[in-house]
Amino acid sequence: MSLIDLANPSRFLALTARALPWLAAATVLAFAIGISQVYLAPDDYQQGATVKIMFIHVPAAWLGIFAWIVMSVAALGTLVWRHPLADVAAKAAAPIGAAFTLMCLVTGSLWGRPMWGTYWVWDARLTSVLVLFLMYLGVIALWRTIDDPAQAARTAAILTLVGAINIPIIKFSVDWWNTLHQPASVFRLGGSTIHPAILVPLIVMAVAFTLLFLTLHLAAMRNEIMRRRVRTLMMLQAGARMGP
Amino acid sequence: MTALCALLVRDLRLAVRVGGGALTGVLFFLIVVTLMPFAIGPDLALLARMGPAILWLGALLASLLALDRLLAMDHEDGSLDLILTAPVPLELAVVVKAFAHWLTTGLPLVISSPLLGLLLNLEAKASGAVALTLLAGTPALTFIGLIGAALTVALRRGGLLLAVLVLPLTVPVLIFGVAASNAAITGPVPFGAPFGILCALTLISLVIGPLAAAVALRQGLE
Repeated sequence: MSLIDLANPSRFLALTARALPWLAAATVLAFAIGISQVYLAPDDYQQGATVKIMFIHVPAAWLGIFAWIVMSVAALGTLVWRHPLADVAAKAAAPIGAAFTLMCLVTGSLWGRPMWGTYWVWDARLTSVLVLFLMYLGVIALWRTIDDPAQAARTAAILTLVGAINIPIIKFSVDWWNTLHQPASVFRLGGSTIHPAILVPLIVMAVAFTLLFLTLHLAAMRNEIMRRRVRTLMMLQAGARMGP
Repeated sequence: MTALCALLVRDLRLAVRVGGGALTGVLFFLIVVTLMPFAIGPDLALLARMGPAILWLGALLASLLALDRLLAMDHEDGSLDLILTAPVPLELAVVVKAFAHWLTTGLPLVISSPLLGLLLNLEAKASGAVALTLLAGTPALTFIGLIGAALTVALRRGGLLLAVLVLPLTVPVLIFGVAASNAAITGPVPFGAPFGILCALTLISLVIGPLAAAVALRQGLE
């Protein structure tokens, strides 16, 4: 079965109906392993138990970026191949990506309160994640503003690709801006010198988050396809009521 | 080439004669700068320190507000459809339109900025630095805004959405515009480094803006 066969929504729905329970079970299993490992992981000698926020915070940040990459690939599918499923994939990924980004921001500021003494600092990383979150909201707003699904998909696809080019530039600019204003004081994980006792649970949690994203994404795509079917049926019904 | 020149002359003429274009933007800029001391107090030293940031924010907002007339009026009277079907490449046509828009809205902001710098207690050198960075940076604002204008041109309630889509993309321009101005005034960073990056950002937006806008307009036509 190739990618083009999935353009048939019925086939996609049938396939995902079979795959989703397995994916959901794998997600639960990965979270069970991940959370138990996080529970057993040692506290940081400086940060104490708050370091465990990292096991949610860092995977959420990765997934926030990963969702934009998924949207960009889907945007190419929309603009280049006119793949109908790409529209659905892009639309379904946006709110999930925004949710992960928001989770990253919220856990980050909860972590910052005990560590830095404030919920928010204009640190380069925080700021660029905030801008990413704003761009997610912009894409969602664009999706919701245009009524016609196909036109909304193409317009949002262009914005997604422009964002994909701009996000690294924004990240780089914010880094420059921050180092200009308050050098040193920037929070670091200490490069790659993370102890395996911390690194292994982190990787397991990242896998669990990725599985969670895939599960939610496929479920949201199914919902979107069904929502479009309902929309078409209602329009047909309205057309029939109006008479020929 | 003659078609593009004709388009440029037409847009300039429309901007000057229909009225409300260039001077309203400058007026808005003036009002924003006037409001600032009311909000942060009449302390001249503080105003001088914040001057470049205030001028940049004012110019950013003024050029943002002017964006809805970049393509919307042509969409309303149907001339945008003519431009779309013309043999001239759409990418070049939107470059010319954005350039004309910058000449009539961006350039007046640049020219008026030294005058507004006086209100903010900026020295001549500082005002010159801000004007120079605005000259290098406002084209980037126009060409980034061009993308937003093309994406929202067919929407009836696109005004606020346009701002929401465009403003996050202007973060780098704002950062390097203000950084270059401050570098020229107080240092310690040499002026050339942020200013060079600001010019690079303008050149990048000069490429990405028209390409994305042309794709958006073609998609919107279908």
